[in-house]
Amino acid sequence: MQEQTETDQTRLEMARALVAHLEVGENKDADRVIGELAEIKENELFTEVGRLTRELHEAINGFLLDSRVSEMTQVDIPDAKERLNYVITMTEQSADRTLTAVEQSLPMVNELEKQADALLAEWDKFRSRLLTKDDFRGLSDELAAFLQQTQRHSSSLHENLSTVLMAQDFQDLTGQIIRKVIDLVHDVEEKLVKLVRITGGKLEVSNKISDPAVLEGPVVPGIEQGDVVTNQDDVDDLLSSLGF
Amino acid sequence: MKILIVDDFSTMRRIIKNLLRDLGFTNTQEADDGTTALPMLQTGNFDFLVSDWNMPGMTGIDLLRAVRADAKLAGLPVLMVTAESKREQIIEAAQAGVNGYVVKPFTAGTLEEKISKIFERVEG
Repeated sequence: MQEQTETDQTRLEMARALVAHLEVGENKDADRVIGELAEIKENELFTEVGRLTRELHEAINGFLLDSRVSEMTQVDIPDAKERLNYVITMTEQSADRTLTAVEQSLPMVNELEKQADALLAEWDKFRSRLLTKDDFRGLSDELAAFLQQTQRHSSSLHENLSTVLMAQDFQDLTGQIIRKVIDLVHDVEEKLVKLVRITGGKLEVSNKISDPAVLEGPVVPGIEQGDVVTNQDDVDDLLSSLGF
Repeated sequence: MKILIVDDFSTMRRIIKNLLRDLGFTNTQEADDGTTALPMLQTGNFDFLVSDWNMPGMTGIDLLRAVRADAKLAGLPVLMVTAESKREQIIEAAQAGVNGYVVKPFTAGTLEEKISKIFERVEG
């Protein structure tokens, strides 16, 4: 406080001197006083920056000495990245296996359906006594072939459905991995809060303004993602309001 | 009817491809982003484009704009199938000239409805 008053006093004297110089037209002297005034201001600034830098340096050093932090940066976070990559790999593999099984099964189902339709038409003719003996012999062969085909396809379909079933095993494994990563994120969050505290910042959440250029990806319940639609009906309403 | 499916995830391309096949559209090709899709569109005589929005390289909205800016492709019907659900983005796509917008996750029924609506309008 004492220092503050001293500085104020000096500045007041300098300001008076400046006015005096200007009034009698001593421009050179006036410039010198202005320079000195600016220097006082700069010195204050430098001292303040120096003090802040030292405080920050000490605080960060103290923070880094916390062994948990270095463990997180050197081990846990790289591990978490690996884990999450593995989640992507597993879910992708599962989707691939499922899709392959479905892609193999659909044509078999279509084939059986088509053949059953044709046979049913012939069978109806037979029941209405519209088939000759030769026609019936043909139908009988076709029926036998169809039954064999059904047997083969059923066993393939069974196998494909089992593949689809087993491909869902990723859910359990990825769930466990993701839960571990959530724990780590929680840990990091706590450390960051501590860091914000020691650097003297206030924990104020600025109103997050959503940037229209940033793609948000899928809507996640419970996460603020700006003005989003929640389902296809909303999309349709919005588009029709635009004249679609 | 020749259709180009553009999505960076092969799983999603396969799902759309299978749904389209079920709807009777068997002539489909795939691209993993706008940069690969655009030359295919320019030379491939496609009748319809189904595109995701968020892709590395060239995004779906940029692809849509490139299509509309290309004299030969300007009239190509484009269906956006994307997880992006911000109102301003849907409006942006509409202003860029999209013909339909489906948000993921979607059902086979929704896809079919939007596609048939687009063709009704294009042919009608």
